[in-house]
Parts: sequence; C-alpha cells; structure tokens
Amino acid sequence: MEGAVTTGPLRARVVIRRSDEFLLDVDLSIEPGMTVALLGPNGAGKSTTVSAIAGLLPLDGGRIQLGEAVLDDPGGGTFVPPERRRIGVVFQDFLLFPHLTVLENIAFGLRSRGVGRAQATESARGLMEGLDIAELESHAPRDLSGGQAQLVALARALVVEPDLLLLDEPLSALDVTTRAQLRRVLAEHLRGFAGPRLLITHDPSEAFLLADVVSLIEDGVITQLGTADEIRLRPRTRYAADLAGSNLISGVAQDSRVDVGAFSLAIADHDVSGSVLLTIHPTAISVHRGRPEGSQRNAWRTSVEVIESLGDRVRLLTGVPLPLTVEVTREAIDALGLQAGSPIWVAVKATEIGVEEEPTVGTGSRNWR
Amino acid sequence: MTGRRIGRRPPAVVLLPAAIGLAFFVVPLVGLLWRTPWGDLPGLAANPIVTDALGLSVVASVSATAISLLVGVPLAWLLARVEFPGRRLVRGLILLPLVLPPVVGGATLLFALGRRGMVGEPLYDLTGVVLPFSIWGVVVASTFVAMPFLVITVEGAFRNLDRRYEHAAASLGAGRWTVLRRVTLPMIAPSVLAGLVLTWARAFGEFGATITFAGNLPGRTQTLPLAVFVALESDRSVAVAISLLMVVVSLAVLVALRERWWKVL
Repeated sequence: MEGAVTTGPLRARVVIRRSDEFLLDVDLSIEPGMTVALLGPNGAGKSTTVSAIAGLLPLDGGRIQLGEAVLDDPGGGTFVPPERRRIGVVFQDFLLFPHLTVLENIAFGLRSRGVGRAQATESARGLMEGLDIAELESHAPRDLSGGQAQLVALARALVVEPDLLLLDEPLSALDVTTRAQLRRVLAEHLRGFAGPRLLITHDPSEAFLLADVVSLIEDGVITQLGTADEIRLRPRTRYAADLAGSNLISGVAQDSRVDVGAFSLAIADHDVSGSVLLTIHPTAISVHRGRPEGSQRNAWRTSVEVIESLGDRVRLLTGVPLPLTVEVTREAIDALGLQAGSPIWVAVKATEIGVEEEPTVGTGSRNWR
Repeated sequence: MTGRRIGRRPPAVVLLPAAIGLAFFVVPLVGLLWRTPWGDLPGLAANPIVTDALGLSVVASVSATAISLLVGVPLAWLLARVEFPGRRLVRGLILLPLVLPPVVGGATLLFALGRRGMVGEPLYDLTGVVLPFSIWGVVVASTFVAMPFLVITVEGAFRNLDRRYEHAAASLGAGRWTVLRRVTLPMIAPSVLAGLVLTWARAFGEFGATITFAGNLPGRTQTLPLAVFVALESDRSVAVAISLLMVVVSLAVLVALRERWWKVL
C-alpha cells in the first residue's frame, strides 16, 4: 500500500440526470497524495457522485479518468465496470460482509481477483498488523466496535492496492465520542496512501480537518472549491457561510465548565473533562446593550469589531475576551443602534454550546473567520 | 394512569378468543393421541401400505423441494431483480397455486401434461414418458403446489437484501458471478432454507393435486396423505398410525430448524 503503486491523478466530470429537477454536474480533480473532501448537505448529490466514480452508476455526461485509465466516458463509449476499476471504497456504515470473518472480509478483494487463499490470507494478515487489528481476524463483523469496524473496512479497501481511495461518510456511523479519536486515526492512515483520496462528508469538521482541499457541493453543483481557510475566509454561498461562521473554541472542561483562557463557559454536559472543542452557532448568540436579564449563565462584555451585511441578516465579529462570529437580524441591529466599535453584551445558553472531546488541541481560542 | 402497570395481565376480551384459537390446534392433536392404539403401533408401522406410502412421500417431497430449489431460486432472482414487461402477471401466475384449489391444479396438470394433453402427448411420442399415474406425476403435482412458497420467500429475500453489500463486493473486484456466489446467496441463505422448509412441508402434505393428476395407486402413487384418506374408510387404526407418523415427522423438522430459522418465516 505505501508507495507501492505509482498512481496518477483523478480527473472527473460527473454529469448525471437523476430527475427533471435534479441534475448533478461536478468537477473533481485530485492529485496523488492529496485528499479532497466533497462536503455538502444531504441530497446535494454526494452519494450519486460516489456511485458514479465507483462504477455503480453510469454517467450521462462528462468523463472519469484515473491516471491513464478512462473509466467512464459516455461520449467515447467507454464504461469500465466496478469490479475492474482500481478504486478502494470505504462505505458509509462500512458494509462488512456479515457472514464472513474479519480476515475473510479483508481477504475478499484479493480472492475475488483470483489470488490464492494462502497468499490472500498472508497479505490480509500483514495489513491487519499494520493497522493494529491482527487480533480481530476471527471475529464476526457484528462483534466489532465502530472504530474496529472502520479499520477493517479501511483494510478491506486497501488490500487490493487501489489507485484511488474513496471514503463515503467514513465517520458518520460512529458515536460522537469515538468520532474525534478515529478522525485522527483515519488522518494518519490516509497519509499512508499514495494515490488520490476522495472524502465524502456532510460534517464540516471532518472535511476541514482531513482534507487538503474542500469542494462544497449544493444542489448538484460545486459551489466553492478551496482550502479550509479559503472557505472560512471567503464563503461564497449561504451554506458556506454557515459552515465558515461556526465558532470553534478549544478549552479544558471540568465540572460542567470549560476554561477557554480568558474566562470559563458553562456547558450542559456534566460528564466531560479534559480538552474539548466547543462549537457555538452564530445564531445561538444573543446581543444586548446592557447586562442581559434572565437565566443565561454565559454573558460577557465585549465590543463590535466588524459588521457585515448578509441581506436581511447581519454578521458581527466581536472582540476580546473571546472573539466570536455572531449572526443577528437586521431589525435587531437597527433596534440596538450598533456599529463598529459599539460596546455590547453577548450571551449564549449552556445548552447551545456543542462539546466534543479533543485531546490533542491545546487551550486557546480559534475563530474560523 | 396512576402507577398502575400496563399490560401486567392481558384483558379477558383478548384472552378468551386467544384460548379458543389455541384450542383449534391443541384439540385435534390430543384427539389423535387419544385414539392411537399404542400397543399395535409397531405392527401398523410395518404395514406395507404404510411403509410404501412413507417411502413414496419422502422421495416425492424431497424431489419436489430439490426441483423447486433449482428452478425457483433463479425465478425468484428474475422477479426481484429484472424489470420486464408483465412481471406482475408472472408473479401472479406463480402465486396462483397458493390460492387455487389443489384439485383444480391437478386437473390443469392433467389437461396439459396428461397422456393426451397439450404437452403430454408430444412428450409421450418423443420419449415414451407418461407423467400421470406415475411417481413422476406425484413429483410434478407436489412441485406445482409447493414451489410458490420457495419463490415468494426467496424473492422477498432478494428484495430485502441491502444491495450496497453487493456494490461493496463489486468495488473489491468481484464479478457478477462471484458476488452472487460469495455475497448474495450466503446472505439470503436463511431465507432460502426457510423457503425450502415451507416447500417441503407443503409437498409432504400434498393431497388434491396428487390424487387428481397421479391417482391413488398403492405402492406407485399413494403417498401418506392419500393412504390416510383410504385407510379412514377401511382401517381406522392404520389412518391413526399414519397421521401420527406425519405429525412426528413434521414436528421433527420444525424442531430441527430451531428458533433461528423460524424468525425468517
């Protein structure tokens, strides 16, 4: 797997008409050793793109080329069936064959390609040792944890030394606590794969943390392409702005409070402790002229640094002690008479703060704007 | 709803009809056991009418099940996976033997496959094979009435199988045949087995189509159900013995399959 094959880039234009209303038309270009995330909401056309590249759905237009090999070209009359494409797929829900053991699952690809049982078993075992799952070989898939199943699915896809690695929502089947941990494991193994890698996801943190380049897909078209920073800094669509505006804050949790450096925030989750990543949606933060009344436990004094119009809504960037992106209605801004430099109070409910354990990141504030 | 636990004791309005329903199954069985001449049983079991009929029933029902497997699974696959014009009509035709009176089924077989039937006559002229009133007739009649159970069970299994598993196999380099052999069939195996059991049970108990199409010739086409019917008129103790035998064989099959296969039914 590691550097074993010299693979070329993926060049794909995927055009598929699913219905009169929905036309998928996306361009994807991925160099070897590079991870591109296709990030978009449900129904945007992500699964269709996966199916087309894997060969499970023929193109209506466009062309898919991997290295020298043309895989699908309706204009030129070429269609390579899925079993003859050199593409490793980690499927959503992993789809490990329930009637086979872990070892048989991993050896499946080699056996299907005519490799003898002994040699297939040996190759599968070698890969399992590399992924640290050797002791699972005689387990049934249903006895695996989510994390183990993910590694088995990865091993099963990699054992045939594919030229492209396709990951379809690889973390969505996992619970929130294991997700952060496995994201790092996955990042590590992705680096070990020499060919182009395509990650399909609806989770922005997954895309931003695992991919070199993010392609945003909405309603069947790519609406923005860029690095995570480029998308955060210059979101081009409403969806991109939503992703970009999400406030990500790292801190240390203890006793339902998270120390974020300057002060601490109350959270609703009582059980977490240690390093955490907090997410606060810009619309979950309220803005006031004076100290807010009521039961909001997280309120502090700051100022408006930047005001930016988003049509009927307005985006604010607040200043010290905790820079955040805040989104409010235009009426609210007018009512409060806010402008850049205005002193304000902001408040956020403990229940509106998303908490995810994130052991590697140190304390400090990070704003994705 | 003040602390009273719901469903601790089923209400009488449910319990009473349920008990009557259960009685429908228990009373006949007890009646059979009550009439059984236990002392004479070894002698009755050795009666050539019983042994011949048992042998014939086993051979015919197993053959019908095997034929159903060989042609029914491909048929189920076609119905589940291939869009073709008239598919609903074909499915209806396959289901027809389930609702058709077996005697009528036997009559249709006779018209088509009888000595002077549409297919039977050329078949006889070419090969000299006569289906009616032979063990082949018993097998054909049993297959006709029993195979629908296999086809509908397996078709449902093909439909319910998450096709993404097959896609995963294809992405790993497995061609259509390998996918079918190593993924699809193993994954639907429990349903196939359940379908086989239903098919076999139906074939084992087959009466109407058999007696119409294959006749009732002791030692040649007289299966256990036919022998019971005849014995009821002549020797009741033989009828009881055969009935008991069929109950025991059927129960043994159900027990052998245990819980895990039941769930699929």
